[in-house]
Amino acid sequence: MSDIILETRNLTKHYGGVHALQDANFTLRKGEHVAIMGDNGAGKSTFVRQITGVEQPTRGEIHFDGKPVHFAGPLDAREAGIEAVFQTLALADDLDVSDNLFLGREKTRFDWLGPFRFLDYKAMRDDTLAALDKTGVKIPNIRNTIQNMSGGQRQCVAIARTATFHSKLTIMDEPTAALGVQETAQVENIIRTLKEQGEPLILISHNMRQVMDLVDRIVVFRRGRICANLRKEDTDGQDVVAYITGAKTQPEYEVAEAL
Amino acid sequence: MAETTHGTGGLKYDSSKRSWPNEINIFIALVIIVAIFELLGQVLPYMNGQSFLFDTNDRFDSIFNEARLQIIILQVAIIGIISLGVTQVIISGGIDLSSGPLVAATAMIVMSFAQTELVNGNPNPKAVFGPWAFDLPVLIPIIVGLAFGAFIGAINGSLIAFTRIPPFIATLGMFLICRGIAQWWTRGQPVSFPTDSYAALGAGMMPVLWFVLLAILCHVLLRYTVYGKHTYAIGSNEDAARMSGINVKRHKVMVYMIASMLAAFAAIVLSSKNLTAQSGMGLFYELYAIAMAVIGGVSLTGGRGSIIGTVLGAMVFGVIQSGFTYIKLDAYFQIMAMGAIIIGAVVLDKWRQQRSSMRI
Repeated sequence: MSDIILETRNLTKHYGGVHALQDANFTLRKGEHVAIMGDNGAGKSTFVRQITGVEQPTRGEIHFDGKPVHFAGPLDAREAGIEAVFQTLALADDLDVSDNLFLGREKTRFDWLGPFRFLDYKAMRDDTLAALDKTGVKIPNIRNTIQNMSGGQRQCVAIARTATFHSKLTIMDEPTAALGVQETAQVENIIRTLKEQGEPLILISHNMRQVMDLVDRIVVFRRGRICANLRKEDTDGQDVVAYITGAKTQPEYEVAEAL
Repeated sequence: MAETTHGTGGLKYDSSKRSWPNEINIFIALVIIVAIFELLGQVLPYMNGQSFLFDTNDRFDSIFNEARLQIIILQVAIIGIISLGVTQVIISGGIDLSSGPLVAATAMIVMSFAQTELVNGNPNPKAVFGPWAFDLPVLIPIIVGLAFGAFIGAINGSLIAFTRIPPFIATLGMFLICRGIAQWWTRGQPVSFPTDSYAALGAGMMPVLWFVLLAILCHVLLRYTVYGKHTYAIGSNEDAARMSGINVKRHKVMVYMIASMLAAFAAIVLSSKNLTAQSGMGLFYELYAIAMAVIGGVSLTGGRGSIIGTVLGAMVFGVIQSGFTYIKLDAYFQIMAMGAIIIGAVVLDKWRQQRSSMRI
């Protein structure tokens, strides 16, 4: 059993003639926190959409937890253990915290009733409190509907989902882009908690300070290709920016660039 | 579990606390409206101090004017059954305009399977089918009616889910189709003289009993089952529901089927109560059903509302209708006033939403 949780080989996505993602070879080890950086349109989000099953790759392989996988939809990826927190939060405003955490995979009783099976509210609330505890998320009242919450609290609810279902891999797509200073700190604390617990994470972010603070490794995307794979200890902010803007490319990725 | 200490900050989580339910507001509105009519009875010179709610002439055993209360409940029961389904459709983010004509079409069809052979010893003058359709067991018209409702609902739901046309248009088309079916079925002739067992379905206070039973059933469905949770989720954020793995299309078809089956059942109760079915039945019922739901706090933008709210909304609707008659308001003005009330309810809902979204 290797310690690699996620590996992509030559992962490629074309939208018609647009080569949004080209031969991405990416590995993530268990317990590792990796940031994906790059300019707008560099292929970060396209990459995430392939590994979360939102889209199907044109070419290439995804190995997750030691097995090759083909996700037909986001639910497949989620069932395999990949939990994504998207920029546009997939939360239902009129439902409360535990409803949202368990949406689409409710705990139920009397399952023979099919679509009319009963919800096990108590079990879901207990699990919700446990998940909030695990991630250190502070929400004053889990019976509050999402619409009554701040942006930071909403983000926390979305993140708490990952903890509820013991996901094997968490992906966050700019989790703090719309948040204030305090709320950003709260989300960053949650990410640190996940690190302490050995949960692997892919973080997409434009915030250099945040990335340098939180992750072990930085992978830089440029024009649909990976152009650098940097250990945090071996790099600094300026160096990363050089890769993002195209001033530098790591030697092992240059061949691809020339083609 | 009342309070638990949680999280890194040692914050107190009070998981038992819930916000002020909107249903209480509607109940308060109901009480205020009753009080207004009571007051009008005292104040208006031509009313001679009549009471709206109370038994001032000692005609009944209780302190209330039971006759009026019965009429109010009976009046709203049948449209109320429809509004139970409409409530679910609106919560899921849709709208159903076809329920009124569906009531007419279903009543016409169902009544044709519920006719008796002999009326006072003479052959049934309104017979639709041949002798095979006379004096069938009561279960047959019920099954035919519910099946027809399910069929229409499935078309509504499939149109909306798969062709993605707006629910307003799909059900508006079905509105005309159903009215057409109702008129074509007997070329405009009424269908009458049901069997005794069929006539018993809607006799006396039976409509109220059905309304209460179905309201409890729908309340349980919406509040305590996966079906209900997904209905709210779809109305609240359809993309989120889809991303969470809910089969949104299938669920929508199911919601419209349930709504149309409830309307079909209302048609059975109504035709049984009236002992006849006519192609013009159910006029404005779809709008009244929507009005009951909206007055009851069901949000037209989806995701919000409850069966308890709709039942209270139905009571408000009934009280207002009965109150208008009580203060001898002209029937024409009654319809106009009803329109104004519906608009008012939606405006109130808008305000409520704005207030709650500003509370962040």
